[in-house]
Amino acid sequence: MADTISTAPLPQTDETFLDANEMVLNMGPQHPSTHGVLRVILKLDGEKVLGTECVIGYLHRGVEKIAENRTYQQFGPYVDRMDYVAAVSNGLGYCLAIEKLLDVEIPARAQAVRVALTELNRIASHLLWLGTHALDIGAITPVFLCFREREIILQIFEKYCGARLTTHAFRIGGLQYETYDVFEKDCIDFCDVMLGKIDEYEELLTTNRIWVGRTKGIGILNAADCKDYGVTGPVLRAAGVEWDLRRAQPYSGYENYEFDIPTRETGDTYDRYVVRMEEMRQSVRIIRQAVSDLPSGPIKGKVGKVIKPPPGEAYVSIEAPKGELGYYVVSDGSLNAYRLRVRPPSFVNLGALDKMCRGSLVADVVAIIGTIDIVLGEVDR
Amino acid sequence: MEEILNNPYVVPLIFTLLIIALFPLMAGYIVLIERKVLADLQVRLGPMRVGPYGLLQPLADAFKLMLKEDIIPAGADKALFWLAPVVSTFTALSAFAVLPLSDVFYIADVNIGVLFILAVSSIGVLGAILGGWASNSKYSLMGSLRSAAQMVSYEVPLGFALVTALMVAGTLSMQGIVYAQLERGMWGAFENFGLMIVPTVVFLIASVAETARAPFDLPEAESELVAGFHTEYSGFRFALFFLAEYASIFVISGIAVTVFFGGWLRPFPNVEWLAMPLNVAFPLLLFIGIGAGCVYLLRGLILPEQRAVLAGVAGLCFLLGAAFAVPMVNEKIIGLLWFVLKVGVLVYLFIWYRGTFPRLRYDQLMDFGWKWLIPISIGALIVNAVALLVLR
Amino acid sequence: MAEDEKPPEGPQSGSAEPAAPVEQNAPEKPAAPAAEKPAAAAEKPAEKPAPKPAAKKVVKKPAVMETAPWEDELSGRIKGLFGDRIGEPLTYREQDFVVADLDAVEELLAFLRDEEGFDYLVDLTAVDYPKKEKRFEVVWILYSFSKNTRVRVKALVAEGEKAPTASKLYSTSDWAEREVFDMFGIEFEGHPNMTRILMPDEWEGYPLRKDYGLIEQDEGWVRENLNIESAQ
Repeated sequence: MADTISTAPLPQTDETFLDANEMVLNMGPQHPSTHGVLRVILKLDGEKVLGTECVIGYLHRGVEKIAENRTYQQFGPYVDRMDYVAAVSNGLGYCLAIEKLLDVEIPARAQAVRVALTELNRIASHLLWLGTHALDIGAITPVFLCFREREIILQIFEKYCGARLTTHAFRIGGLQYETYDVFEKDCIDFCDVMLGKIDEYEELLTTNRIWVGRTKGIGILNAADCKDYGVTGPVLRAAGVEWDLRRAQPYSGYENYEFDIPTRETGDTYDRYVVRMEEMRQSVRIIRQAVSDLPSGPIKGKVGKVIKPPPGEAYVSIEAPKGELGYYVVSDGSLNAYRLRVRPPSFVNLGALDKMCRGSLVADVVAIIGTIDIVLGEVDR
Repeated sequence: MEEILNNPYVVPLIFTLLIIALFPLMAGYIVLIERKVLADLQVRLGPMRVGPYGLLQPLADAFKLMLKEDIIPAGADKALFWLAPVVSTFTALSAFAVLPLSDVFYIADVNIGVLFILAVSSIGVLGAILGGWASNSKYSLMGSLRSAAQMVSYEVPLGFALVTALMVAGTLSMQGIVYAQLERGMWGAFENFGLMIVPTVVFLIASVAETARAPFDLPEAESELVAGFHTEYSGFRFALFFLAEYASIFVISGIAVTVFFGGWLRPFPNVEWLAMPLNVAFPLLLFIGIGAGCVYLLRGLILPEQRAVLAGVAGLCFLLGAAFAVPMVNEKIIGLLWFVLKVGVLVYLFIWYRGTFPRLRYDQLMDFGWKWLIPISIGALIVNAVALLVLR
Repeated sequence: MAEDEKPPEGPQSGSAEPAAPVEQNAPEKPAAPAAEKPAAAAEKPAEKPAPKPAAKKVVKKPAVMETAPWEDELSGRIKGLFGDRIGEPLTYREQDFVVADLDAVEELLAFLRDEEGFDYLVDLTAVDYPKKEKRFEVVWILYSFSKNTRVRVKALVAEGEKAPTASKLYSTSDWAEREVFDMFGIEFEGHPNMTRILMPDEWEGYPLRKDYGLIEQDEGWVRENLNIESAQ
């Protein structure tokens, strides 16, 4: 097995592992805190981390190869299974990429509904992140509270498209289903409830001395390192770079909505926590705007039954809850994609784990893995 | 009969056997209370199926753990593996020997009670160390070392807080401390112009760390070391560790109550006119109320077995309430009731902390103990000594 | 560029699809469009932008995307510096890209990062064209925060040829290049740890290559682990 940390074997003496200066500790792949099947090999000096190595691929399902053997519509459900926590964003990115190749215009109503569902899914993803991250650090209550709110969102998804988690909510060209009758009311009710709940979570954690002590100054990744490692999403914004693809390169009508981009300065775990909490609030704002006056009209653009984009290639990316989710699609004019590459934010963000973990303690490694917000389905595809 | 009871060994022996017999039940029900309170904090219900509203859950857990396969890891030191849970359990139980549960219900009133308790809790650390070592596992060993270091470190402020209290009380005997509080008409926590509140708080914090409960529960942090020193234990051995932990929570709360909160005395023990309402009316209303509540909750149950059990519980409550109305019985058991109620409040606090706080990292934990709690406890000792001199 | 593709016959079945023919390895009938163009049904070969329904022989040439030249300051500067070591900078669907010679890639990436402010390597991937002489096309997608633009750099790599590593320029490429190696077998010269990342270390074969046998992989595993001939 490749070991970038040290290839030297432990000394063959009477020393036990307690005496040797460096210890190699293996975390995972089955471990309560590695958010899926992730194996992290830590090289420790006592409790201090000298280096980490991630071994991934346990959840590799060959999604990109499958894409070459399915038609574009058939591949739609596969896309949800990558970042299964926030499946709707995956679908949005994929549909946008194919629509770019087809050069088809999406009607306003479809765009608005897409925005509403995508922002709901952003809140759902952040709620799950908050619950599991707090659980890793030892606060066992927020996870139940977060799942209570997540339940409302998943029920909206179920009422809309029949599935809670892997929704396949969007189709190439727009939407498949018209929104159900009380969709707007459900969304507005949720928004009314959600802001108060976010305050509830903040009450438990934000000013809690122990929480601050466990997250401030931990896993710092400054802006220059973020750009170097290609890290995007809340991690980048916590480091001070005010960059959000919804603002920088708007898609699906985001230019019509008013929202702030929360940033912080240090780029430590606490900052990422604050950024994500604030992002949830901004998402509530966007949902309210999107759903308040849904434009009427068709829900699907001019796309035929058979989707055969002309030969070409395009890279389209969106601001998924975890970062920049990109699809690089190469079409050769046939029914299947010639090459579909998914640029997963979790994969790229996880690459910076070593940088973030060096010099911290073992207990912090768990907090740092949690703060990057990875989903192994996306890391491995 | 009189002669048998007068024999100095008989009554303590009876009480000892009673406590040993009831200790698993008591620890089990503290576990149930914890699960229910945590569930309430977490917007859910907790155990609801076994018995009415989950009331028989501890019995089910006990059966399950006793019937499980006894797994010993390969390469484990068999003797030490067997010994570790035994050590933990018997040290937790030993402290009961000097804990005054009431003015009549205690096993022994030695004149060095506090010293005995400190000594026994120090031995309890051994159980954790042995458990980790004997498991032959890296994770368990790391967990046990951390656990041992934590327990040893927090015994210092615990000891200092206790020393401050016994300085005020003037005796090392546990019953003696309670009687001293009765004499002075004030709980230990409010003595010395309220300066004793500092050692009280220090003791409460140190007791959470001593029993390795959240937020000081890194040794058994699930998300990092799976379960620390008792990772490799399963079945009955694990049950013993588990029971030892919850019994020690009860014991250490009992010590806090005895030394700082008046032990088995009622609130305002020297105020005569409060004797009737507090000692008679209050327990009567309490138990009748609980009984009535159980009868009310019967509506939500369908299964006849559950209804029978809950009805039985209601009946017991009514009986107990009636018992408190009889003066002869009342004076014997009222002390026990107050003790249990006060310990219950402290146990609820322990559970509340677990549901609210994240975990302290190990170095933060040690920092807090050595750099903050110990200086504060020493400072409180000195300040209280001076105040005592001034007062007396 | 898109308007060239609309066939003169007008919309068929509500579709705005272009009528660009496809490279076919197996006979496949594009549904609605072909049915309504009897003239086009006889036409198989690919065409350049201008629709020329002149009678052509059934010659299978690879389909080409209809690009437009990329002409702005950046492409001018790139052309100026690299001249004949790069192909013509092109644009498709408003996304700029340039195909460079393999030995110019490292310099071009460094130039883009240091001089032009493309400080973020968005993605590094490859595409397999087994019919081409140099079968792999490695793609680097760069983004500039200050300019808010993306640019793609492509290079053709033959089988067995090593591509230059970008790990000294961008730390992102550490894992990205390992994945390209894992999936395609393209080695990157100078990479600190050129090992597989997603597949197990002892895996043989490179899954995303077009000639990778999925059926054979499945049968091999089945034979080895289940001791039966085939699960197909």
